[in-house]
Amino acid sequence: MSRSKQLEVSAICSGTVIDHIATEHTFHVARILDLEEEPDTVLVAVNLDSGRLGKKGLIKVENKTLTQEMVNKIALISPQATLNIIEDYVLVRKIRVEIPDKVEGILQCFNPNCITNVPPPSARPKTLFYAQSKQPLRLRCHHCERVMSAADMRLL
Amino acid sequence: MTLEGKDVISVRDFDKETILHILSKAGEVDSHPVPSLLTGKIMATLFYEPSTRTRLSFESAMKRLGGGVIGFADPDTTSTAKGESLADSIRIVEGYADVIILRHPLEGAARLAGDVANIPVINAGDGANQHPTQTFLDLYTILKDKGRIDSLRIGFLGDLKYGRTVHSLATALKHFDVELCFISPSLLRMPEYVLDELHQSKIPFQEMAVLEDAISDLDVLYCTRIQKERFGSPIDHEKVRGAYRVSMHTLSFAKDDLRIMHPLPRVDELDPAVDDSIHAIYFEQAKNGIPIRQALLALVLGKL
Repeated sequence: MSRSKQLEVSAICSGTVIDHIATEHTFHVARILDLEEEPDTVLVAVNLDSGRLGKKGLIKVENKTLTQEMVNKIALISPQATLNIIEDYVLVRKIRVEIPDKVEGILQCFNPNCITNVPPPSARPKTLFYAQSKQPLRLRCHHCERVMSAADMRLL
Repeated sequence: MTLEGKDVISVRDFDKETILHILSKAGEVDSHPVPSLLTGKIMATLFYEPSTRTRLSFESAMKRLGGGVIGFADPDTTSTAKGESLADSIRIVEGYADVIILRHPLEGAARLAGDVANIPVINAGDGANQHPTQTFLDLYTILKDKGRIDSLRIGFLGDLKYGRTVHSLATALKHFDVELCFISPSLLRMPEYVLDELHQSKIPFQEMAVLEDAISDLDVLYCTRIQKERFGSPIDHEKVRGAYRVSMHTLSFAKDDLRIMHPLPRVDELDPAVDDSIHAIYFEQAKNGIPIRQALLALVLGKL
């Protein structure tokens, strides 16, 4: 494959490139982005060499703008990730994801006896966590007050 | 400082100044009772989990201030049994009362109630999480007996893993200049998240397994019952049952002014022979639930 052919495959005209994903979480990020429904070009790569991470994942999505909720979710499972916004093959903005102070409605509490887990789904309040520490990640449940680490986290 | 309209859900919501304000108001109602302070006010007690002492203590506190009480102690007789959500029950009851007292087996239930209700909600225990009025009465008991909370060495004995009273009290004590000593079998150690919080607040603490090694330096010993109902496995419960017993013999190693506290009920961790000793203040502690709950009720209803 020629170099120009390689570029044709890997470059996108307009859209979002999520770079520096912890390689083991690349497919989790793909799920957050709901890529199965994507009509345009999607490229997913894992185990790429990275000076910063050793190995990294990368996702390129044509014509897609990420919602704040998607960015928050990515920040939780892969806080090293960067978002590159591409327009006409030019990088116009580079954003480093950041774990938000409040995480609402996207994580499940790890405490099985929490009010957000037990009642029938229609009677459960929306989950809410406060970042008590971002490095290492410690999230306190607004309701039951338990503190979750990254290992306890489960996306809703 | 006003607490009018505020919820009392977790000791984490209160800073040192507010805690001391509540304790001071409890002291006022304790020494100068005002039997008509809450006349015309109604307290709803919603108890989704069995409790005798907390419910009776709240009811007594309200009645001694001239207020009325409605409520239930058995959720099977309510709309909950028909599938009504807690949020809906709270919205209904807030139309009938001025303040809600909630005990619920699920952790976070009181926070949910507080978020939903437009009237004050006081948490009377949510699962293994918080029981703030117990914590306030514990602090009040220490302050009343010792004249201070600072500069004390306080021991916690027994079930430190599941006991919500010890979690709440340890969390509240991070505002004070205290040294803490946690005495438990390894299966029932204080949870890491509580220890992390103390560490961050620079509260010195020690973990120990043998009561006799710790007792001689203590000013207060807070005992807890090993709660069978909190154990997933009967084998684990059997392993730790009866691991500790405070007796007159144990107390022979203690300072004269060591005070023994216990949220009660007790099983076999506290010998009844201790009851008549100068060390025992647990019945006084239970009695202190009244002025503390009176003060909290009057404060959140804007009458103190």
